[in-house]
Amino acid sequence: MNAAFVGMPAFPVAAREALADTQLRHNLGRATHTIRDKRARVVGEMPEWEELRQAGADIKDAALLRLDVHLARLEESLTARGAVVHWARDAAEACRIVADVTLAHGADEVVKVKSMVTQEIGLNEALAAEGISAWETDLAELIVQLGDDLPSHILVPAIHRNRAEIREIFRTRMAASGRPAPENLTDDPGELANAARLHLREKFLRARVGVSGANFAVAETGTLVVVESEGNGRMCLTLPEVLVSVVGIEKVVPSWTDLDVLLRLLPRSSTGERMNPYTSMWHGVTPGDGPQEVHVVLLDNGRTRALADRVGRQALRCIRCSACLNVCPVYERVGGHAYGSVYPGPIGAILNPLLHGVGGDTQTDSLPYASTLCGACYEVCPVKIDIPSVLVDLRAQVVDAHRDRRAPHAEAVAMRAAGWIFGDARRLARAERVSGRIRRWWARLARLPGPGRRWTTARDLPTPPRESFRAWWSRTHR
Amino acid sequence: MSARDEILGRVRSALADAPDIPVPAVPRRTPDASVDIVALFCDRVADYRAEVERCSAADLAVRLRAALPDGARVVVPPDLDLDVPGSVADTGLSAADLDGFEVVVTHARLGIAETGTIVLDHGRGQARRATTLVPDHHVCVLDASQVVADVPDAFDVLDASRPLTWISGPSATSDIELDRIEGVHGPRRLHVIVVDRGRLPRVF
Repeated sequence: MNAAFVGMPAFPVAAREALADTQLRHNLGRATHTIRDKRARVVGEMPEWEELRQAGADIKDAALLRLDVHLARLEESLTARGAVVHWARDAAEACRIVADVTLAHGADEVVKVKSMVTQEIGLNEALAAEGISAWETDLAELIVQLGDDLPSHILVPAIHRNRAEIREIFRTRMAASGRPAPENLTDDPGELANAARLHLREKFLRARVGVSGANFAVAETGTLVVVESEGNGRMCLTLPEVLVSVVGIEKVVPSWTDLDVLLRLLPRSSTGERMNPYTSMWHGVTPGDGPQEVHVVLLDNGRTRALADRVGRQALRCIRCSACLNVCPVYERVGGHAYGSVYPGPIGAILNPLLHGVGGDTQTDSLPYASTLCGACYEVCPVKIDIPSVLVDLRAQVVDAHRDRRAPHAEAVAMRAAGWIFGDARRLARAERVSGRIRRWWARLARLPGPGRRWTTARDLPTPPRESFRAWWSRTHR
Repeated sequence: MSARDEILGRVRSALADAPDIPVPAVPRRTPDASVDIVALFCDRVADYRAEVERCSAADLAVRLRAALPDGARVVVPPDLDLDVPGSVADTGLSAADLDGFEVVVTHARLGIAETGTIVLDHGRGQARRATTLVPDHHVCVLDASQVVADVPDAFDVLDASRPLTWISGPSATSDIELDRIEGVHGPRRLHVIVVDRGRLPRVF
């Protein structure tokens, strides 16, 4: 079973560990640069790209700002098409619903389409506790699951693994959960993919319950959409008798034609393809084709909290393309695990605090600081989420949440002292004279003493000038 | 309170201060008459490393037979209007039965030139969803007149009430070091035959 993101250290601690892992940095650097170039190439083919981004942002905003109306409409359309709609306030409620549907059919296993939301709610672990095996069928998810590992990227959860590591995982772990890896398996990616095909095919053919998420849910028509590459999604959506789809409430879009814009934006941003190999769209039950019992679980789990945040609510536009991860200078160096969540990278740095609220734990509170605010993420975002602005707003929220601490942070003390000095011209002049006099001694100091020491471990201490501008001005212009 | 009412209540209170909703302006490219969209479609399908060929209606039977490997077990939808010698009609075969076929032959609802995509709405001649999925080799025959220029044109034509499968090349993955390799669970071979009707056949 997958490990879970529980009790993860705060970002700076986790990042320091990750930075020391040279294999990880090599794997990540190679992968993020490859996909960045592919994205740039196919986006460059689209003269209307900027207008499309705006349309994508507007469509998602139109849905979010009338979310109650569209959710009610979605429920109505789905029910009319023969689907059973469930509502889940939180992770536990959603997991309970999926387990109950599975157990009602006497099944002890489900096949799963890659889905962020089922990882967010810890579905595999919850099902395991009920004696149900949840088989991940996306190649990268399979690598993560067999390796008892954590996902580190939204689109390519095993991005931190190279082919040699994957071969080793397949060779040693496949046999325990079904068909073993072929003898003499090499680390050729084609052979590795074929090993996954053989391993999973018997599971697809016998599975009675499929579990999926959805990329989009159309209120007007009750259409659910799954965008994928390998065909494992089609297998899970088509072959089982029963299908349960867990859908975050922010996935709803008002009308069928909204998919036009979103399907032009997503594949190019995500995998750098003009179109992904397979997109499935279905509406409840289709007689004689595919699962004849269809359940949809509409999940809140913190989304309404994020929706209430005026600045942060734009994060709910996210279509999980992962373009922001691939361009982020921080993500490229530390990888996904350091963010301590299934949602890593720049989007994770805002989404996690928005879903969970700040002021509760140091891990979540550290995330808004996991950025240089360079803005590359905003530039590539297909739905124009202004991640840097949300990060800055969340930093302010984190500071506000800790205002009642009895012992103030060294940083707060330093800022207050600086404020006192900068607040008065005479005080500032005096401080400048002092710093000018001690500059020689200061320049020899490689690091600040005491609480300032950590600040200078990665920064050069600037040397104060011999004479301040104001002193120079009054000396030469009087 | 039910989960439904509680969630909808939370949504309403979260949106108490919501600004006006934007009206999205959907960009659409003006059609370029100088572009042969069928040729572009074929190029873009080939880009995904699918096999693609263009032929006249008269040549179709020969081309289709050549596309099928010798001795391959072929399954077709029961209402397919093509002559596929030795094929078995899918009249509700199980997934395990379908796994015994190497090839499936179908039509498509339309093709999208810009993205090299074929879209199946699983209507006449297009089979159930499982039938085009389990066999390892999908041969898809469509008319040149079914090719549209871009994604918005496809949405003008497609029926929102039908299940839809959009297919862009063979099954693929980039999950190992982001190297694209063709073929995981879906058909590892996709072969598209575009039929020109009422026009002189052109060599592709």
